[in-house]
Amino acid sequence: MKVGVVTFPGSLDDVDAQRAVRIGGHEAVALWHGDHDLRGVDAVVLPGGFSYGDYLRCGAISRFSPVMTEVIEAAGKGMPVLGICNGFQILCESHLLPGALIRNDHRKFACRDQRLSIDNVATPWTAAYTEGQEVTIVLKNGEGGFVADAETLDRIEGEGQVVARYLGDNPNGSMRAIAGVANERGNVVGLMPHPEHAVEDLTGAGTDGLGFFTSLAAAAFA
Amino acid sequence: MPKVVVDVMPKPEILDPQGKAVLGALPRLGFDGVVDVRQGKRFELEVAGEVTDAVLAQVHEMAGTLLSNPVIENFTVHVDDAVADTPEVVA
Repeated sequence: MKVGVVTFPGSLDDVDAQRAVRIGGHEAVALWHGDHDLRGVDAVVLPGGFSYGDYLRCGAISRFSPVMTEVIEAAGKGMPVLGICNGFQILCESHLLPGALIRNDHRKFACRDQRLSIDNVATPWTAAYTEGQEVTIVLKNGEGGFVADAETLDRIEGEGQVVARYLGDNPNGSMRAIAGVANERGNVVGLMPHPEHAVEDLTGAGTDGLGFFTSLAAAAFA
Repeated sequence: MPKVVVDVMPKPEILDPQGKAVLGALPRLGFDGVVDVRQGKRFELEVAGEVTDAVLAQVHEMAGTLLSNPVIENFTVHVDDAVADTPEVVA
């Protein structure tokens, strides 16, 4: 599959995401925030970083970039979209995903190998995992506290839209330990931890993140 | 030039870690009696021409679309015509 990885001014993890896409067995296509078309890709990854310097709110300016107009339209038609960290923030600002991400409750940047449970394996990004599977993936964020009103939290839990949860100590004050969510349709997924940093034995905590990138093929042939 | 001011505040039920940090710093500096601090943002928009209802309606739209995130923040809009016309009063 052709997987687009968007680079915004201030993106940090776009090259790692492209590499993870290739290791996952796909062709990585570089997309630029100013692009007005998606170059025929089958899926899109919004990588981590500090797009537009996190000015105003994380993801608030990126959400209105030309490429995001295309991404929002394609997502509405069912294209798989994965937002990692800052990408997750952009998807929440775009209202493609419920909730918002605020500053960590302990006010410090968190950087650690994080244990997670994968709670929804019906998305095109998580189909390679088994429900409840425990994985360890790098987490690094300053504004990763997932918040939403109680009604929204009840709804997304009831609809199975919680994709991943933190295990052990809550690293950033996220409500109900939510680390990742999906939209109602399941094609759009946001995740605060970084699976693209956990795809090779050589670096990081292991290869537990690879499933996010190999899942696409499994989903396509399902 | 008239100014339209948009004040954005985190919703009461949303944790405000920055406000908490300020609250924690005050007693260390000897300022007592403050029991809570909420930190928000203030936008001063200079507009060309008169502030008509249409202009205000547009500012409300800007505030709800870009300046605030309605999931976590509330905003208020008011016109501050005193800012530009009268010399600043220095305390």
